[in-house]
Amino acid sequence: MNIIYTDVLVIGGGLAGLRVATGVKERGHDVVVLTLVPPKRSHSAAAQGGMQASLANSKMGEGDNEDVHFSDTIKGSDWGADQEVARMFTHCAPKAIRELAHWGVPWSRVKRGDRTAIINAQKVTITEKDEAHGLITARDFGGTKKWRTCYTSDGTGHSMLYAMDNKAHEDKVEIHERLEAMSLIHENGRCCGAIARNLMSGELVAYVSKATTIATGGYGRIYSVSTNAIICQGMGQAIALETGVATLGNMEAIQFHPTAIVPVGILTTEGCRGDGGLLLDKDGYRFMPDYEPEKKELASRDVVSRRMTEHIRKGKGVKSRYGDHLWLDITILGREHIEKNLREVKEICENFLGIDPAVDWIPVRPTQHYSMGGIRTKYTGESQTLKGLYSCGEAACWDLHGFNRLGGNSVSETVVSGMLVAEYISDFCDSQESSINIHSSTIEKFLKIQEDKITALLTKENGEDAYVLRRRMEEIMMDKVGIFRNGDDLKDAVDELEELLKRSKNIEVFRSKSRAANPALVNAYRTQKMIKIALTVAYGALLRTESRGAHSREDYPSRDDANWLKRTITSWENEEQTLPTVNYEDIDISKMELPPGFRGYGKDLTKHNTDTHTRQIIVDAVTDKLKKEGASRMEIQNALMPFIDKLPKKYQGINERLGENV
Amino acid sequence: MSDKKPRLLKINILRFDPHDPDDFPHMETFEIQEAYGMTLYIVLNAIREHHDNSLMFDFVCRAGICGSCSMLVNGRPTLACRTLTSKLDENITLAPLPLFKLIKDLSIYSGEWMRYLNEHLETWIHDKESELNVDKIEERMDPDLADEIYELDRCIECGCCVAGCGTIQMRPKFTGAVGLNKIARYHLDPRDKRSDEEYYELIGNEDGVFGCMTLLGCEDVCPKDLPLQSKIAYLRRMMIKTGLK
Repeated sequence: MNIIYTDVLVIGGGLAGLRVATGVKERGHDVVVLTLVPPKRSHSAAAQGGMQASLANSKMGEGDNEDVHFSDTIKGSDWGADQEVARMFTHCAPKAIRELAHWGVPWSRVKRGDRTAIINAQKVTITEKDEAHGLITARDFGGTKKWRTCYTSDGTGHSMLYAMDNKAHEDKVEIHERLEAMSLIHENGRCCGAIARNLMSGELVAYVSKATTIATGGYGRIYSVSTNAIICQGMGQAIALETGVATLGNMEAIQFHPTAIVPVGILTTEGCRGDGGLLLDKDGYRFMPDYEPEKKELASRDVVSRRMTEHIRKGKGVKSRYGDHLWLDITILGREHIEKNLREVKEICENFLGIDPAVDWIPVRPTQHYSMGGIRTKYTGESQTLKGLYSCGEAACWDLHGFNRLGGNSVSETVVSGMLVAEYISDFCDSQESSINIHSSTIEKFLKIQEDKITALLTKENGEDAYVLRRRMEEIMMDKVGIFRNGDDLKDAVDELEELLKRSKNIEVFRSKSRAANPALVNAYRTQKMIKIALTVAYGALLRTESRGAHSREDYPSRDDANWLKRTITSWENEEQTLPTVNYEDIDISKMELPPGFRGYGKDLTKHNTDTHTRQIIVDAVTDKLKKEGASRMEIQNALMPFIDKLPKKYQGINERLGENV
Repeated sequence: MSDKKPRLLKINILRFDPHDPDDFPHMETFEIQEAYGMTLYIVLNAIREHHDNSLMFDFVCRAGICGSCSMLVNGRPTLACRTLTSKLDENITLAPLPLFKLIKDLSIYSGEWMRYLNEHLETWIHDKESELNVDKIEERMDPDLADEIYELDRCIECGCCVAGCGTIQMRPKFTGAVGLNKIARYHLDPRDKRSDEEYYELIGNEDGVFGCMTLLGCEDVCPKDLPLQSKIAYLRRMMIKTGLK
């Protein structure tokens, strides 16, 4: 039996995982990172447009700060987010970006003087301040009051990931590539590591650790068309779910990005619209101002995706052999801008569509993009129910995004949650309670379970074809658990997925019988797990009889704060279950800094909770009183919802900005 | 989008499973009906799903940005995911990228090679003096310089330049364009405090910039169109100057 011992095991080598690894290493703990692919090939590299941090350096970001970023994030989440977590996040985002600048990310910088930009289809001149020259600049993104999205051209995730991986090299972080975590080792409510499979040799290895962190990204690939990399299959969430102890949060909260290219579903960044690009219909008509007169193309992602779908349903889509689509027009930005700031978009258009986006319109439609749900954790990143299991980044639901994530908040979350969770894990590892006492027979038991599963898949006869089940699952998710949802379709989806789950227990790996590198075997066991994840999404969506953020029910169009201001908590206690167990966790209005309100899109259909009004009166009274006393914005914030003490000491400091706190 | 009858593509793949003692490198041919907008990503997945589920290859982003899927397409190193079949003849030959450890079929272990390279060249910011205070306003950088650094930072470590390199065929330890470009990137970056002499220690030899025979296959095959030729020339001049000091 091959057993590797370490203090901290990190599953996933993207931005979040690497940031945890370097953080705990710096605190003196041993760490091993398991990753399916070399870290630089992770899906983090695909983040194009940028990272939100309220630096307020550029002219159009003037007046920005943590408060504005916080308010945008909570509104964007449709009040589903955990407000303390959002405060911790917005407080630390400037620190994370400055840290990355120190580690080598070549952030695009402010250039003093006049420059031309396109805003609302008009050429405007923006004059950048002398004193901001050379500081990190920002672009506009959807759902934000200020230009806050910092970037390196449109290869932001790439530059961040390379800097982060290089930092991991410098810190001599141990990285085990092409290893897949198959299950978590756990006993008596305590996680003690994972069983992993070497994808080259097929060998099973047990990793035993005091703390185990899942940072494996989202589960977009349960849909047939997704902007996600093909490795974003929800395996991290699945192994947590299969413990029967850890829980998942808000799995039904799925984001569709407005502008992925047709048919392959590759993303073109929100930066296209942030920089002034327009959405046009089959007649070349700019339709977004009709639906959202204020924010137009730069409404929140969930809103734009729904409006595009509505417009296509009115017969205004462009017909193609792959279904209807709309146009994204960035020709208005000019060749120079595209070749400097949107070059990945340009390459993608050239290579996959054979068009030049400086001349031609880009065929786009809303496509699955982000998983707001994930492993439910406390603000420390630790599972609420399985001690020693941590999670961060897209894999987790510590609940920064609620029911809709703002563009630019995801890469930001990876590094912010990574740096925070690294500290909480280190504190845990420094304490007595982290010591584990695990019998080798327990480790052997978990290893044997995986061994037996693989043997069963390879030796079964007359079984099911994993590809057939998986393709059907992907279609169901796409057709029935998509942008607009309704009770009948969701019921069908759950019933059929449940049937697929039963069939998946009988999967057989045809022909390809190798125990070593074997893509058919990998597809077989992942399909079994993916169907479970799909069920948590579809079942959660069926039960949630309201519309909130990206979860939009045609039969329940109102956001229902009276009954549904709560998080969906999903678990799978018993391997024989064919449906997940669903519970709910209330979101406490009486502790909110920003009580529920209207997001400002379309008509206000909200069914308010009676506590909302009560809380609003208190918030207003406290704010008025302190303002009259001349309190600072930080003092007012602290009176409404204190959070600073929850942060690690090293990240509690006040952020400097031009003209503020310097 | 013409209505012509779709072509029947003949995909010839060099296959080998090093884990199977009975296997040996051999060519296998699969026939796939071409579809509109088809890429090699679609072709290879169709083969795996409908013809032979044991076929190994690597795709991650399938959007030309992660560098996982480099292989020889009709003998030329390139990214398979963004290669449209419409740009190729109906006979297509695929082989794994040479020089890297073979995992199976078209799958190679380039991560190990790149890791060694990064560790060896210490491709990170070297700055012992300045202590970071994350609360303070960031260090300024000239906007044009930041853009210039990003230009070189765009390398995706796909390995095409290594596979297309003539020098490395004769000098297995040659740093290759991927490594030299990284040195050019850090040398340009004022945050990295390494001296010219320290860079000379890394690449001022025959396995470094002086080994390059200037065949420049690297520049021809780089999927990101990095300015490898001019950067290698620049580094060489700089290293000669440093060497003569």
